[in-house]
Amino acid sequence: MFGLADPWIVAAYLLCILSSLLCVLYGWAKWNSDGGASSDETAKWAKEEDKISDTL
Amino acid sequence: MWTIIAVVFYLMLVGYLGFLGYRKTTNASDYLVAGRQIHPYVMAISYGATFISTSAIVGFGGAAGVFGMGLLWLTFCNILVGIFIAFVVFGNRTRVMGYHLDAHTFPEFMGKRYGSRFIQVFSGAVIFIAMPLYAGVVMIGGVKFIEIYMGVPYDAALAICAVIIAAYVIAGGLKGVMYTDAAQGTIMFVGMSILFIFTYISLGGFTSAHQALTDLADKVPEKLAAAGHMGWTAMPRFLSTWWWNLVSTLVLGVGIGVLAQPQLVVRFMTVKSKRELNRAVFAGGIFIFMMTGVAFIVGSLSNVFFFRTQGMISIAAAGGNADAIIPLFISEALPKWFGVLFLLTLLSAAMSTLSSQFHTMGTAISRDIFQQLTPKTKKDNTLIIARLGVLLGIITIVILGEVLPDSIIAPGTAIFFGLCASSFLPMYALGLYWKKATPAGAKSGLVVGFLGSVFYILFIHAKESAALGACQALFGKPNLVPSLAVVDPIVIVLPISLLVTVLVSLFTRQMDPQQVERLFRR
Repeated sequence: MFGLADPWIVAAYLLCILSSLLCVLYGWAKWNSDGGASSDETAKWAKEEDKISDTL
Repeated sequence: MWTIIAVVFYLMLVGYLGFLGYRKTTNASDYLVAGRQIHPYVMAISYGATFISTSAIVGFGGAAGVFGMGLLWLTFCNILVGIFIAFVVFGNRTRVMGYHLDAHTFPEFMGKRYGSRFIQVFSGAVIFIAMPLYAGVVMIGGVKFIEIYMGVPYDAALAICAVIIAAYVIAGGLKGVMYTDAAQGTIMFVGMSILFIFTYISLGGFTSAHQALTDLADKVPEKLAAAGHMGWTAMPRFLSTWWWNLVSTLVLGVGIGVLAQPQLVVRFMTVKSKRELNRAVFAGGIFIFMMTGVAFIVGSLSNVFFFRTQGMISIAAAGGNADAIIPLFISEALPKWFGVLFLLTLLSAAMSTLSSQFHTMGTAISRDIFQQLTPKTKKDNTLIIARLGVLLGIITIVILGEVLPDSIIAPGTAIFFGLCASSFLPMYALGLYWKKATPAGAKSGLVVGFLGSVFYILFIHAKESAALGACQALFGKPNLVPSLAVVDPIVIVLPISLLVTVLVSLFTRQMDPQQVERLFRR
């Protein structure tokens, strides 16, 4: 099929495309789910993170 | 001349975007505290740029020139495991637990999860020792292209790359500003898209190109055919040496190893919410396909081009060095202007990945090792150690660039990925999902995974044990277990370290239940 000698290669090629599609559909379906308001905890974490990247 | 102008312009653009990003302070705390919005495109594409390096494009693309399209199983693993499972299954749990623990590096995350300083220091040491190998092969990927495309000697190309990367790192590339990553990701996407379309068109179309490659099956060198190579559009003979090389080392080693990459795990912690993780999945799948999928397809098809133009297969045209196949194909098969774009593609791929690798090395030596071992030290000293660590890292990768042998990029990456998987994956995965995982279990799995991998590389896996020579010197033979000589460490050591982590956890003192509940709260 498609000029490829081995069904295992055809399967790999198709699975690459299908898994990419899976990612697209999943991301699309969940695009707006869990907006995630920032909590004090995440803000505290982020401040510390900035400090680390500044020291580097 | 145009190449130099393009590179200088590109570097100025990257520098400007970095400055813009810095001035707008799109760093973590401003984003969270002020609730600033970043465009999802910028957010998503910057992940991909960090994931994909020159190793994937040049190293594994070249490996595909030798192994053929069977390597597409790795692309499938990259998308399903490296993007889907990593983001959907591991991502959010890592993000939430990372915040609860106030962890900023992978070793710190593991150390605090299990309440063990040993785990943090040991993991930091594993990273600091092993990461330069991966960073080194990422740089070789860029150097090889400059050498072949611009016709400069390898040493000079290495020096040019080292200077560009050092300047980038020192000028603040470590901050990993999202705008820079996104710009680099966009260049990579455009470059690989053109390469994909051009290759198929120039070889006569989708099916014709594949058919031409299938027809080359009888041109497989005798030695490779004897090892199990059955052509570039067929899988190797089942359980042959060639099959084990492809399936265990390249596909499983890298495909599973990606789950426990310290510099990628940290990315989950810098994500602001579950929503961003979901959105990254959207772009991530396509991005990985357009990077590794295209590199592997083009690498395989390069055999048709070289056979038509030079009467020989790719690895022969590249003088036996798989790492030279993709650069040679670009410089001979594609228009000159594309070479410039591809150079920028590779620079982008190298810089975005190296910046995160150096960030990980810098924090490993300062925060995870030095600060843990000398808790009372002054902050200034930690800063100096971090910078010395980064400098040492740069020097090490330049030395590795000089001493590593040909065709090293793909196997070098596989060694690092396999080592990370065997050492870190059991304690990381169980730490996220199994409340009964104990500090003793995690420590045992970590030590067994790391030492087991090193032992296996030195004394069992023939490719490395023969090259390193320790087994020959000590035991008078190239490897200790000939029946396992072609089986990659990850196939044996990872299950053992997983088993050790589980068994030791079952028979050692559990962590304080209240503390565990705090860790696992959502």
